Amino acid sequence: MTVILNEGDAAGTTGAASGGPVDAAPEPGKAMTRGRLVFIRFMRNKLALVGLVVILGMYLMAFVGPLLSKWSYDTQDYSAFLEPPYSEHIFGTDKIGTDMFALTMRGLQKSLIIGLLVALISTTVAAIVGAAAGYFLGVADKTLMWVVDLLLVLPSFLIIAILSPWFRGKSWFLLVLMLAAFQWMITARIVRGMTLTLKEREFVKAAKFMGQPARKIIAKHIVPNMASLLIIDATINVGSAVLAETGLSYFGFGVQSPDVSLGTLIGGNAESATTFPWLFLFPAGFLVVFVLAVNWVGDGLRDALDPTSTRVRRKEKKDTKEKAA
Amino acid sequence: MATFLAFTLASATFDPIGVLQQRNPPPPAASIEAKKRDLHLDQPIPQRFVTWMGGVVQGDFGRTITDRPITDELGRRIGVSLRLFLLGITIGILFGVLLGVVSAIRQYKFSDYFATLFSFILLSTPVFVLGTLLKMGAQGINDSIGTNVLIFVGETTPGFQGNWFEHLGDRLQHLIVPTLAIALGQIAYYSRYQRSSMLDVLGSDFLRTAQAKGLTRRKALFKHGLRTALIPMATLFAFGFGLLVVGGTFTERIFGWFGMGDWLVTGISAQDTNITATVTLFVAVCVLFSGWLADVLYAALDPRIRVN
Repeated sequence: MTVILNEGDAAGTTGAASGGPVDAAPEPGKAMTRGRLVFIRFMRNKLALVGLVVILGMYLMAFVGPLLSKWSYDTQDYSAFLEPPYSEHIFGTDKIGTDMFALTMRGLQKSLIIGLLVALISTTVAAIVGAAAGYFLGVADKTLMWVVDLLLVLPSFLIIAILSPWFRGKSWFLLVLMLAAFQWMITARIVRGMTLTLKEREFVKAAKFMGQPARKIIAKHIVPNMASLLIIDATINVGSAVLAETGLSYFGFGVQSPDVSLGTLIGGNAESATTFPWLFLFPAGFLVVFVLAVNWVGDGLRDALDPTSTRVRRKEKKDTKEKAA
Repeated sequence: MATFLAFTLASATFDPIGVLQQRNPPPPAASIEAKKRDLHLDQPIPQRFVTWMGGVVQGDFGRTITDRPITDELGRRIGVSLRLFLLGITIGILFGVLLGVVSAIRQYKFSDYFATLFSFILLSTPVFVLGTLLKMGAQGINDSIGTNVLIFVGETTPGFQGNWFEHLGDRLQHLIVPTLAIALGQIAYYSRYQRSSMLDVLGSDFLRTAQAKGLTRRKALFKHGLRTALIPMATLFAFGFGLLVVGGTFTERIFGWFGMGDWLVTGISAQDTNITATVTLFVAVCVLFSGWLADVLYAALDPRIRVN
């Protein structure tokens, strides 16, 4: 189903996808669980599948690749400066003789780890803050939503760039925290909205009347019911985190030397891209392919987990239109 | 608000004196003290902000670290940035909307798939990669033609001699590649949303009615369909502008334009609070203005709002 790419195709796709048991006939004797249904739907989406393979391949490559190469990112080959790709250095070498393959893999490692960590942290924060605000309401809700609004107004790129002199020379993990700090707000709002409706459901009320503490209700009953939203969100966040990180690193505001990321590699070599294209094309290619793969997987997941999402979104749009009018 | 925070954060993190102190041989303590007083570093941060804001109201944006008035450079830099932004956003919206409409009308045809793939790839490509790729492409074209048709360094040729018309031509040559770098991303962004909002409209009853009462399909689509489909887009313009400003920073940097984005990077690298705060203020004004523009567009497209 390649049509999954397109957001407004509700009319075309939901008809087929939401009739789950009909179009995904289970094998006789096997009960159709939700997990299987989602799995089947996802597997049917070719682009998402390709994306998943690419992402897994890249993570594997970033960590296993350097072991297979005989060059390392911190050693130089003094017999090869600025050589285009050839059998000895498959990605060529830079101006001090470092193997570009080793460097690119090193950068890819850092960028992918940052992307993954930022996504995990920001989605966790979004789930906790959103659920807490929606569940407790009152003062907690007011304060948390005020923080959300405040952070949404601020231009994250500017703020992190301004703060960059402060975390220069410190661990790159600070950058992860900074990036995560500016990525959770929109999800937190959606989570809050969903919590408001979940709160009124029977099973939550039952748990409450049985004397479960609020912390447990949120962790065991509310958050698991939003799993699909959170999974989709985390996936898409990996992509945007990698983009944000590389963008900052491009200017030297993100990952600092001696660490390398795809962003510092692209930034450092963009000037010489017209004369020594291999310095630029390899890191840039990895970056674009990775983000593209993440987007495809995100779309595939959304369609598999939540076939009605496009319809919901359209309804929301209409609601806001009417409110504005 | 954003400006205040940017100013505070910048003042708190930047350490312009540190650069001075590390200079070798170390400058005498008295001159460091004097510099501190010049930069108002002896005052607490809120007071510094009030001093700066007071100047801004009177049209004085303070001085850079190297003691040059910011106001002198401000006008020229805003001009450079706005030229890039306005051209980029105009082209982006125009072609983005067009592309979205076309692929919605010809849904699931080859052109639709092609446009979808095109915008997906573009949306996954950060501006700095796209800009550099365009630079390489322009270099290739120049090489194959044999002359410098597409110039991608700076916004004018330094020391260029000629009449007004030749000047215009020279600027155009410089303008094409950077504008493309900005516009392509915008086209991809808008075409996606335009496509889905147009698809919504295509299935609606009023469009069928319009055709039933005797309008041609083309006329019904553009007079009734497109206008309705554009309404949700108006809100997007404000968001799109934020995207544009960040993209503009990269574009200016890559193509050597001395605009606001370039200034921000210079300001942060030089740890200059006044420059950083000025650029932040400019961005804030731009975003506010685009929000206002979105409201105006909204009212222009949707008569229900004008009635209220």
